[in-house]
Order: sequence, then structure tokens, then C-alpha cells
Amino acid sequence: MWENVAEVREVAFHVTRFTPERDVKPRVQTFQVPVRAGMTVLEGLHYIKENLDSSLVWRYSCRMGVCGSCGMLLNGRPGLACNTQIFDIAGTDLTVGPLPNFDVVRDLIPDLVPMFSKHAGLRPHVVREDAADQDDPAGEYFQTPAQLEEFLQFTYCIKCACCMAACPTLATDAGYLGPMPLAQVQRYNVDTRDGGRGERLAAAGAAHGVFRCHYAGECSRVCPKGVDPAKAIQHLKRQLVLDYLHLARRQKPCAKQHGPGKGTRDPQIPASPPRTIGA
Amino acid sequence: MRETKYWTWFMAAGLLILALLGLHMVVMHLGSLTHLFAAHPDQPSVAQANSQARDASLFFTLSYVVLLGAGLFHGLYGLRVVVFELSLKPAAEKALSALLLVVGLGLFGLGTYAAFAAHGRAAGASPAVASVAGASLAGRS
Repeated sequence: MWENVAEVREVAFHVTRFTPERDVKPRVQTFQVPVRAGMTVLEGLHYIKENLDSSLVWRYSCRMGVCGSCGMLLNGRPGLACNTQIFDIAGTDLTVGPLPNFDVVRDLIPDLVPMFSKHAGLRPHVVREDAADQDDPAGEYFQTPAQLEEFLQFTYCIKCACCMAACPTLATDAGYLGPMPLAQVQRYNVDTRDGGRGERLAAAGAAHGVFRCHYAGECSRVCPKGVDPAKAIQHLKRQLVLDYLHLARRQKPCAKQHGPGKGTRDPQIPASPPRTIGA
Repeated sequence: MRETKYWTWFMAAGLLILALLGLHMVVMHLGSLTHLFAAHPDQPSVAQANSQARDASLFFTLSYVVLLGAGLFHGLYGLRVVVFELSLKPAAEKALSALLLVVGLGLFGLGTYAAFAAHGRAAGASPAVASVAGASLAGRS
């Protein structure tokens, strides 16, 4: 651990650079960055851009591990630049590169379009059989805490693509759906409000689907939000096999209880205070 | 659905292999302790007489045919998965699947023929051995 908070140490940032219009292949450029305790990789990159080389580019937004924009390969391991402290992973040298398994747009920016195309193709939203219900889903649906718990962890996914970068199957099979989209299939399939299970399972069980997974587990190890995509994929395999053997328990999506504002309040829940705005 | 079917049968074949190969290992390697399915307990499990007695038993012949089928499917499916990782074109994937199917069926046919030929020879050439084997199996079950 870094004991002296005030102390500043020089760390060599070995940053992968690539400009498609100019470079034939990526090259590594080294920058000396003064690092203090608690400083994140993102802050280090900002230091380089402001003081050493303004042409360095990367993608970021929230700076607090929520938006999932700043996924990078940090010392050989995918992670978020904004919530990785430099001294947690580096002594005197730190390698920073774009996420593998993706084409590079420039420098540290991966092209995430293939991932989001796969994701969108799996209908990652609650699907209702009733078109009116689908278009006006503002009513309430009964769901127990236990049912919520079934998929809650998968809702924490921020689509940062770290799991996709860590996946050894995706490294050799670009058509493989990958951990993030498949985890989202599981997220919606076990949601009791959803009716799109069959359609998603058909896509997940196709040629480049769940059965390509070797269960290396790296996706779960690198996830900065603690999501377990490997577990989701194993659950999907189980669902598919049980469906094939006609052993799966069929459950109809829960019905909408009532429209917005038309419900009756549980008498044990106190009334809300009077409105202060728009009363 | 096709991949799900293959995967389900792959898992089922794995379970069959576990059971039948387990039985094979127990009979072959723990024979001196268990004398399981040993028509001649005074001789080792791998001795000619015991081997011939097992060949004469329809249970063993069938179990080896099933084990062969399960092993071939399990192994060739695994090979298919590994080769598919090389990002083949769809036509190449189809061709490989067809080739593996032909190879698998061919090997299964050859193995089944060999198993039943050995069974017929052992049971026909030496009725005494067959009867001893049958009695032994009946006695132990």
C-alpha cells in the first residue's frame, strides 16, 4: 500500500497509440507521469493530455464507474480507467491499451458497434405479448423480492465491454455473441414481466451462442460492477437443455395490476405528504 | 435448437461414459479385489479366459457398443467445437460436421461389428466359457 499520501512517484505510462489514417499498426508511446496516492488511470491520462501530448484520445464520461465508457486494457487486464487507482495495479510501469477483441477507432477507443449490434438483436427489454401493454407499460406489475433477486445482479451491467475483451472464445470467434449480450438475455428471460423468452433463447442457442462458451470465467473476474456473466451463460445452457427435454416449467408473464394512479395503497404504508409543486 | 440438441446429447454421453467406463475400470483394474464379472476368479481380469467370458456375455458386448457410441459422439463433438473456434466459414463448418458424422458412423459400425463378431466367436466356439460366464453373471447379480 502507498503509505505517504503527499508523496509523488513517477510512473511510466506505456500507452498504445494508433491513428488509422497514419499508422499501419499500433505503436507504444511512453510518458512519465507524476502519480500521487489515490490517483486513477483516468487522471493519469488527463495529465498526459494536458501536459505531454494533447493528441492522445480515449473515451470517458462520468468518471465514477457508472457510464462504462472508459474500459481499457490496464496492465494486461480489462478494467475501467476511472475506478482503477494506479498504485493498486502498478509500481513503476503501467501499460494502457485499447480493449482487445474489438477494432480500434483510434488510440484507446475500441469500436463497440459489433457488441451493441449483438445486444440489440437479442431484444434486451421487457417484451409483452399485448401490444397495448408493450406501448404503455406504465402500470404496475406484481413481482416479489425473490423474483427480483433472480435477475437483479445482471441489471448492474454498464456495457463497458470489459467482459467481452476478456473472453477467450470471442478472441477466436468474432461471431460469438459474448458475455454481455448473453447476460442480458438471462436478465430479461427470468424477469417475470417478460414474454420474450422463447425468441431470445432461440438466438442464444444458435450456432454462435451459449454453447461456444468454455466457462473460462474471465468475464466474471474482470467485471467492474461485480456482475457474473459466466453464471448467466450456464443458466442459459440449463434453460435450453430443459426446454429441449420438455422439462422446463412454463410461466406466463405476470399481468399488469392496474394503470398508473389507479391502485389502492396498502393500509400499512403511510400516505405521502401533500405536493409542494403543481398542487 | 440443433446446437442445444448436440449439447444435450454431449452431456448425456458424458454421463454414460462416466458409468460405463467406471464399470470397465472396476472390472479391469480392481478385478483382483472385487472379482466382479470374473468367470475364473483364480485368474486375473485381463487373462484370456476371463476376457473370452466377457466377450461371450451379451451384457458386456452391448455395454461396450454403447460405450463406443457415447465415446465417439462425445469426442467428435468436442473436436467439432474446438475446430469451430478457428472461425471457419459456414460452408466449411457444414462440411466438417458432415465429415465427422461419416467418420463417427463408420467407426461405430466397425466397432459394433468387431464387438458382435467377438461375441459370436466367444459364445459359439466355447459354449462352456459362455455358460460359465452366464452363471457367473447370474450369480453375482
